[in-house]
Amino acid sequence: MKKVAIKVDQVVKNYGNRTILDAMTLDVFEGETLVILGGSGSGKSTLLRLMMGTVKPNGGDVVAFGKSLCGMDEAALEDYRKSVGVLFQSAALFNSMSIKDNVALPLREHTDLPEENIDIQVTIKLEMVGLREHGEKMPSELSGGMKKRAGLARAMAMDPKILFYDEPSAGLDPVTSAEIDELIMAMNKKLGVTSVVVTHEMDSAFRIADRMVLLDRGKFIVSGTPEEMKASEDPLVRQFIYGLTTGPLTDRKRTGGYERQLMGEV
Amino acid sequence: MLATQTLSFAPMTFLTRPITAFGRRAIDFFSFLGGMAYLYLDSAKSAPRGLIAKRGRRMGWANLWAQMVRVGVRAIPIVALVVFCIGAILSMQMSPILRDYNEEKRVADIIAIAMFRELGPLVAAIVLTGFAGASIAAEIGTMTVSEEIEALEAHAISPIRFLVLPRVIATIVMMVCLAVVGDIMGAAGGMLVSRFFIGIDMTQYIDRTLSSINLKDFLTGLIKAAVFGGIISGLACYLGLKVTGGAQGVGVATTRTVVLTIVALIFVDLMFTSVFYYLGV
Repeated sequence: MKKVAIKVDQVVKNYGNRTILDAMTLDVFEGETLVILGGSGSGKSTLLRLMMGTVKPNGGDVVAFGKSLCGMDEAALEDYRKSVGVLFQSAALFNSMSIKDNVALPLREHTDLPEENIDIQVTIKLEMVGLREHGEKMPSELSGGMKKRAGLARAMAMDPKILFYDEPSAGLDPVTSAEIDELIMAMNKKLGVTSVVVTHEMDSAFRIADRMVLLDRGKFIVSGTPEEMKASEDPLVRQFIYGLTTGPLTDRKRTGGYERQLMGEV
Repeated sequence: MLATQTLSFAPMTFLTRPITAFGRRAIDFFSFLGGMAYLYLDSAKSAPRGLIAKRGRRMGWANLWAQMVRVGVRAIPIVALVVFCIGAILSMQMSPILRDYNEEKRVADIIAIAMFRELGPLVAAIVLTGFAGASIAAEIGTMTVSEEIEALEAHAISPIRFLVLPRVIATIVMMVCLAVVGDIMGAAGGMLVSRFFIGIDMTQYIDRTLSSINLKDFLTGLIKAAVFGGIISGLACYLGLKVTGGAQGVGVATTRTVVLTIVALIFVDLMFTSVFYYLGV
């Protein structure tokens, strides 16, 4: 029986009157790579932020390593955040600092390590993502793929137990995207970290996933291994993973009350 | 939220609409004030850890120094020039009237009081709003848009301690310094004009300036300056952190920062002057 790293339990999240997540339940097991799939506005980024502990749910609970994130005070939440790493969609590097300083920042902030020691750690992390010789550069001097890799090096700085990836291959060419996928798999295999990846790039998802879940309109639709997903008969799953132009997702848009809106009834 | 929901179900008549609009404005205004209060409170709370904690957990004196240079040092020549010109203008405007009463020499007294108590700090603050307030708002706004603030939080680094606190402290310290520069340059502007246009001797002018102001005038000016520094940086950081909507949002926040800060500065200055007036300080 695999151990549960994060348990999302009946979580509800609203923004104003809009329900983003509706009674969501999900387990992330230790050491696995879980890919969360879903279209725009399906609530997958919100789910990721709930697991990161940067957003609080309106109902339900998120339990990480046996401790409820909702019941934590600010200090405990800070400790939790130190044990996880996040790669943001835009890499979110600090533009005023060099790549080296970006990676060193969490270590300088949270540890009392001497500068020489931090230097060694930074060099190791940058070598892992293949950016050792670019450490002195500023983020603006890097390409999109290099920024993502630098962001990954920073996310790993504190040797996290869980890595969250928000759209890691968005906006990258296929080769760079495949390189990032390789890195995600390498982190998972070499370091044994648990990875939670939010994406809607199907090639990338099938390459890296141990398990996949599909979200739609704030609800959990289906979960399974990549093989199970490919073999699924569910029309919504089929439409999403094969990118079909006909199916429940597009039908929903067509029946969205267009005629009534034209007649001024909506 | 509850109020808005209830109102949206009520029939929108000519009576309820203005009330709803007023209510929304009031809610916006008070949540803005509340947000600002929390920003100052959180900054104050993080100050001990930010300033004196062990290495690694502090915001870093180097960071604070960099902010002071950026916020204040570069503003010195501009503040000096602007206040110098205002001193000169005041002197020219007043001398014909004072000459009618044969009291030209009192130009020095009036300019000294006006500069040290009022114009030195206020004009320096207005210049600094355009100089540092706008740039802080744009910088933090851009960081908000590019997910950098969220990245800080995800790394358990408080944006308040790491970004807001050094900027607030740097602006307060530099604002006090700039007020002193403003005081001196304003008096110098008045002095030069008095010497070359009215014919008052420079030593006489300096003597009159020094005798007309006392430590109290100087200190009330500096207290004001420190508060102005807190207002400039607090508003800039708050509006920067609240940016939504990309590059356009950053532009809107920058403009709002400058406009709101200038209004807030003048309003707070009025409060200060009223309080000092009633207390007889």
